[in-house]
Amino acid sequence: MIAQRRRLLRIGAAGIAVALFAVMVLAPEAFERPLAALTKFGQPAIYDRDSILALTLSHMGIVAAASLAALVIALAIGIFVTRPAGAQYLPLARAVANLGQTFPPIAMLAVAVPLTGFGARPTLVALFAYGLLPIFENTIAGLKGVSPQVVEAARGMGMTGRRILREIELPLALPVIIAGFRVSIIVSIGTATIGSTVGAKGLGEIIIAGLQADNLAYVLQGGVLVAMLAILVDLGLGFLERRARQPRSA
Amino acid sequence: MITVEALTKTFGPVRAVDGISFELAEGEALALIGPSGCGKSTTLRMINRLIEPSAGRVLIDGVDTTSIPPATLRLRMGYAIQGIGLFPHRTVAQNIATVPRLLGWPRARIAARIEELLELFGLPPAVFARKYPHELSGGQQQRVGVARAMAGKPAVLLMDEPFGALDPITRTRLQDEFLAIRRRMGTTVLIVTHDMDEAFKLADRLAVMEKGRIVQLDTPEALLRHPASAFVESLVGSEDRGLKLLSLAGVTALMQPATGWTAEADGTFRKAGADASLAPLSASASLREAASRLVFAGVDELPVVDEAGAMVGAIAMERIIAFGGGGR
Amino acid sequence: MTEEPTARPVPEGAAAEGRGLARLCAVAALLAVGFAPFLALQPNRIVSGEGFALPALPAAWLGLPLAAVLAACAVVAALAHHAAVQALAGAAGALAALLGAGLAATALLPAGATLARVSLGSGFWLIIGAFGLILADALVKLRGGPLARITFAFAAVGAVLVVLAAGLWNDLSIMREYAANRDSFWQQGARHLVLVGGSLAPALLLGIPLGYLCHRQAAARGAVLAVLSVIQTVPSIAMFGLMMAPLAALAAAYPALGAAGIRGIGLTPALVALFLYSLLPVVANTVAGFAAVPPAVVEAARGMGMGPLRRLASVEWPLAFPVIVTGVRIVLVQNIGLAAVAALIGAGGFGTFVFRGMGQTAMDLVLLGAVPIVILAFLAAVVLDAVAGRARGRPA
Repeated sequence: MIAQRRRLLRIGAAGIAVALFAVMVLAPEAFERPLAALTKFGQPAIYDRDSILALTLSHMGIVAAASLAALVIALAIGIFVTRPAGAQYLPLARAVANLGQTFPPIAMLAVAVPLTGFGARPTLVALFAYGLLPIFENTIAGLKGVSPQVVEAARGMGMTGRRILREIELPLALPVIIAGFRVSIIVSIGTATIGSTVGAKGLGEIIIAGLQADNLAYVLQGGVLVAMLAILVDLGLGFLERRARQPRSA
Repeated sequence: MITVEALTKTFGPVRAVDGISFELAEGEALALIGPSGCGKSTTLRMINRLIEPSAGRVLIDGVDTTSIPPATLRLRMGYAIQGIGLFPHRTVAQNIATVPRLLGWPRARIAARIEELLELFGLPPAVFARKYPHELSGGQQQRVGVARAMAGKPAVLLMDEPFGALDPITRTRLQDEFLAIRRRMGTTVLIVTHDMDEAFKLADRLAVMEKGRIVQLDTPEALLRHPASAFVESLVGSEDRGLKLLSLAGVTALMQPATGWTAEADGTFRKAGADASLAPLSASASLREAASRLVFAGVDELPVVDEAGAMVGAIAMERIIAFGGGGR
Repeated sequence: MTEEPTARPVPEGAAAEGRGLARLCAVAALLAVGFAPFLALQPNRIVSGEGFALPALPAAWLGLPLAAVLAACAVVAALAHHAAVQALAGAAGALAALLGAGLAATALLPAGATLARVSLGSGFWLIIGAFGLILADALVKLRGGPLARITFAFAAVGAVLVVLAAGLWNDLSIMREYAANRDSFWQQGARHLVLVGGSLAPALLLGIPLGYLCHRQAAARGAVLAVLSVIQTVPSIAMFGLMMAPLAALAAAYPALGAAGIRGIGLTPALVALFLYSLLPVVANTVAGFAAVPPAVVEAARGMGMGPLRRLASVEWPLAFPVIVTGVRIVLVQNIGLAAVAALIGAGGFGTFVFRGMGQTAMDLVLLGAVPIVILAFLAAVVLDAVAGRARGRPA
């Protein structure tokens, strides 16, 4: 009963948030009145140098491309080091992933610029490199967390290694892997915002334009857009994570 | 038929299994029994090649198992382990369907097999087929584990302490059920256990292992009557050996014609000249139960009845005592 | 329970354990030494320049021996049978690259050219990365305790500082940028630490009691953690931006606050934003730490007549402490990185150089900001891992 009501509440809140976000992206003029209060000397209240929709799509595109590439590579490495053939690399892979996450995303971006030049490329590289780590770490945690007895039983019943991976280990590790992807993509959405300082087209442009022109309305508009994008993605992946967990602990 | 020849496994300098040989006939149940670390689990796991032997070989129906790919080999051998290892993300039915699916059975046959096994293990399919493992009790999970191991009609069922994690009452009940199912299906079983009572109950023959070797391979009765060493003797238990011996045989083995007993209206029987009437003993009871009843009632003879309640004979204390003998 | 040997693969002697990675890195190092540009000569600080691989350096008397030394280190690392040898080879290779870069820069710089710059090329970074991995791999194999790792980390940073202080890198572009920003570099460094420490301290003061409260009150736990995770989700630049509006409004409404330094830009909004980011790891780890205390232990303490405060101080807190330290590590590493972003709202810190460099397309100025940030984060992680390891009572 309570769980059901809570679920309805959650769905309702998510619906309102999605609708609000859609209005902010598709019809930003709707917020002109309240934002105008923050401007001074007749500054424009709504960012007009580019369409908000185009910036949002570009932002999401960069994040999606980098995160999906990171997902594929991190999964592949994570699977490799948990197989007998790759087990020797596991301790080192863990140490590198652990230390790698101390590398701040902004520093990753700063280092990517000299290597790739300005534009979307350094952002893509930085998002990809930084996005790898949480997914990789969680892939290992998820696969290692599968009960050895379950794997033993599967092997004893005549499943091949590949089949055990596909039908037993990966489905059981899935919620943990999604959790890692969730962390990765949230960090990426934030870092892509900073990427606007090196010429990546995205929502960060609005904030940076606001900071440069001392226009609080821009800063607020951009900040709320990015924050809502991140929160919505987080909610969506959280939902997927719970779904993946469901059959076992409903 | 499974033939094990001079099977050996060394881990570094340790000879975990040291040249053991035995045969497992069609329909037979053999128990590997011994203390922790005696090599019994390693032996079992070498038979389905979860562990590759260092030396020696295993034949299944005359074919060397190393000539069969491990995964294919394991499809022909059921495998049930103590931790059960049910797949937590799959329903009971999907768990049981694992091996039939790998074998490529048609859907209808798989569905029929699931139904058959669930009925057999006392888990009504309508209730249990769609449940997830975490929704089952320990005993129910273990039943599904064994059912899953039997699903592909394996040539042999390998069991490693399959009832080890259960409470004593559930364990006894599952052992009884499993025994009945095994007798009905004629399953060939190789079971690893450290519980002598379980081995006596479930197995036709026992291979007692110590430090990687088989020290005695015999029927339960022979093990009790003629233990080959002090180690075997200590394992079969010196204090209650007599009682264990009695639990191996049924009352019908020592029954004699009932004379002087008359049936009363309430299903009890009265010996001529006695003042009280006595409840009869079931023909399916063991000699141990018979002895217990005789001692409890303080009499030296009890009538035995069949399932319908008709008197088929009587069992006397002096014959039970004579059943032992020869021991020191 | 069966305690028999299971199918665990038996290592064929620890020496052979994981040689693949050292070999892979050695090959990468060899390729980088041979073909990747070790240094680049730029006509000025903005234009990207012409790259030189080590063997192609005009100063062949330096390039060829240096290449030979680096190649030798790589080969020794690849063939080393003992992890200690591999570690030495890795350290020697990294040190040679470090010293060589400075010397080669001096040699490469045309005499009298005031605008020309020599910057580090991808070859240098690849070589440092490869030897760093070789070293890390060896240290993992040697299974050094936390103290050994701290010693090592500080020794590595110390070695770099000695090379820099000796002036060996003075002809490299990044040190030219340092020379041009000498005073503000240390000021911004101090400001960076103020940002990190000034947000961490209040986060601990508020977060730990809040975490304990959440541990005791299940009802509060869900709500508090949900709110804090939403805050954590907001991207940093957005958060800094969002902090500006209310603080500017506050300062406008109460001039006294404005006089006290509360403004829409600068230190205040940065500290508030970093503080908000810090709360989730602190609170969540405090909750997790107290939740992990075995109830039987608390029960036993109660049974022995300890009062609630006594129990908290001498039983629960010590047991929860290692997990809380792990939370502090997360916060510290996270804030060292995020504080860099605060430069965008005029809060200062090493981020100032990063963003100024990006604005001027002067990459070595970017590095002047980015490298100290990475080093700070790395040291913080190593030290706090060691603290957590010690608190757990076993070397982790």
